[in-house]
Amino acid sequence: MSAEISTTGLGSEGPDYVPANESAHVGFGSHALALLRKSGVAAFVALALIVVIGSILWPTFHSLDNMRNVVLGITYIGIVAIGMTMVIITGGIDLSVGSVFALGGVVAVWTNNQAGPVAAVFATILVCGAVGLINGTLIGIAGLAPFIVTLASLFGIRGLVYQLTGAGATTYSVSSDSAFAWLGNGTFLTFGIPIFIAILLYVTFHLVLERTSFGLTTFAIGGSEDAATLMGLKVRRTKILLYVISAALAGIAGMLQASQLVSASPIIATGYELQAIAAVVIGGTLLTGGAGSLVGTAAGVLLLGAINAFIRYLQLDSTWNNVVSGAFLVTVVVVQRVLSYRRSD
Amino acid sequence: MSSATLPVRISSIDRRVALRWARDNGVYVALAVLLIYNIFFTPRFMTLENLNVQLVLATRVIVVALGMAMVIGTAGIDLSVGAVMALSGALLVQFSGLPAVLAIVLALLIGGLVGVLNGFLVGVVGIQPIVATLAFLFAGRSLAQLLLVGRNPSIQDQTILSIGSGKIFGISGLVIAAAVAVSLVALIMRRTTFGRQLLAVGDNARASFLSGVPVRRTLIGVYVLSGVLAAWAGVMDTASITSANALSSGLNYELFAITAVVVGGTPLSGGRVRVVGTVAAAILMQLLSSTLIFHSATDAISQMVTAVVIVVAVYIQRVRSQA
Repeated sequence: MSAEISTTGLGSEGPDYVPANESAHVGFGSHALALLRKSGVAAFVALALIVVIGSILWPTFHSLDNMRNVVLGITYIGIVAIGMTMVIITGGIDLSVGSVFALGGVVAVWTNNQAGPVAAVFATILVCGAVGLINGTLIGIAGLAPFIVTLASLFGIRGLVYQLTGAGATTYSVSSDSAFAWLGNGTFLTFGIPIFIAILLYVTFHLVLERTSFGLTTFAIGGSEDAATLMGLKVRRTKILLYVISAALAGIAGMLQASQLVSASPIIATGYELQAIAAVVIGGTLLTGGAGSLVGTAAGVLLLGAINAFIRYLQLDSTWNNVVSGAFLVTVVVVQRVLSYRRSD
Repeated sequence: MSSATLPVRISSIDRRVALRWARDNGVYVALAVLLIYNIFFTPRFMTLENLNVQLVLATRVIVVALGMAMVIGTAGIDLSVGAVMALSGALLVQFSGLPAVLAIVLALLIGGLVGVLNGFLVGVVGIQPIVATLAFLFAGRSLAQLLLVGRNPSIQDQTILSIGSGKIFGISGLVIAAAVAVSLVALIMRRTTFGRQLLAVGDNARASFLSGVPVRRTLIGVYVLSGVLAAWAGVMDTASITSANALSSGLNYELFAITAVVVGGTPLSGGRVRVVGTVAAAILMQLLSSTLIFHSATDAISQMVTAVVIVVAVYIQRVRSQA
């Protein structure tokens, strides 16, 4: 069934066309798998290098002040990357997160102004989760390629957000001294509240992935969906739930950023899906599925933040962020690929 | 899926044939239905003038989508095309002091260069196409911005401007520019060994490798073609708006192109490329959004309709995985 339309819908996964005896292709034994999962190490090494070099060049680089801003700046992408990691581990992808992020902001601000902050949180999770349910159903039950289904919702949900805001004519804003605004602007131990929410989410979902049968099923689906089905694992239900989680997390991230900005913008978060994918891949999670970790993703997200900070300290135009992030992305995946060749020699 | 869900009981073979027919011809049927609808229900739509405007608006997506279709034919994907458009536009402006042909060739060259990089990462290093081309999606647009450093220079060269706004026998320069690309791709896919090898690689890369198809060269070649076509679309875009805009030129074109390819009936799993279907789908998507706008729907609604069309198109395509 859907196994033939390769699960990411992208088919070719490296020069697999070269037979094993001509080039050492990784046999997915436990050793290789363990190594690949550890390849999030590349992101940690790069992160450490940037922090060390930055600290040598500029004494304020590793100051708490700088860290506060850098970490808060990438928190929202970071939350999105959690769901993206889990979806990618199953061999899928979720391109709709940027649009759902914007939807989350609009729903949260609107609900907050109607019924208060608690309702806003629930409404955001509910509405965005519903988008994930649609994605998940089309992927898990109708068997459509994740890449295309979520591409469609990337368009559709962004359209919905434009419609809700009258193409930006209606501004959804909250007063900056409301409880809702505290969510994004409040601090605890001088660090922004969103950072703590992100850490909490990372720890929770790390445990879910590593310690629960739901997490094991997630890895199993990415390893071989057919095998997982034959083993009697709840493949469909898990896939649907993962897209719900991904969308709900994107919505929460959108809500937090709307709270920080005390308004919801319809054009926010365009391209966040690609940044999140970049962070996930840099963190060592394989797009082919079956291997990955949230620890690696956390490193990938922090690395993107550190690159941005480094470029700001170099006083270069922020346009360079994307150039350097792109170069890092290529470097890291090439290193991973080379590592996986060498291991199986 | 059982045939019991259908109102009329048809044997599963008939059903499969019907679905396959829908997959192969759905885009033409949709296009015909849309045109007929517009004859009756949309005043001032079916004029030669308006149809020409619509065609011109679709030209850039058509050119980019053709490159994308070939890449998808190898079971790959090229996310860098929008960024390549921006970069080639920026270069075209940068070199606009040179003779027009030379400036255009240099702009196309950058597309080819990006293609070599993408193809090398995919075909030789073995990185998944989505990641390999994602890197340049980030970097390319920013490079174009850095090249233009906030300037918005306009093009003075008459030869280049004529691509964007000139007419030959009443046919717009952009339409001719797109027609050149369509013929080139159709020729490659129907008449050359490269076209056949491309499909073989998409169908089964390993079997192709073992039977002596130069898989690496084919993969690099296909990404180069995609890059050059995207650069050509960038030249067309820049010529028609008479200036380069690094921020908006080609923005989201990777998504528009993938949509056109999928709606046109090319399967994402590779091994098949539908040239005419892709062109028809690009025109269909353009007509659909402008029909909605003629009926005073907002751009927002047209985006939502696009989403539904994509899902329906892939749902019909599912027949491939069942065949």
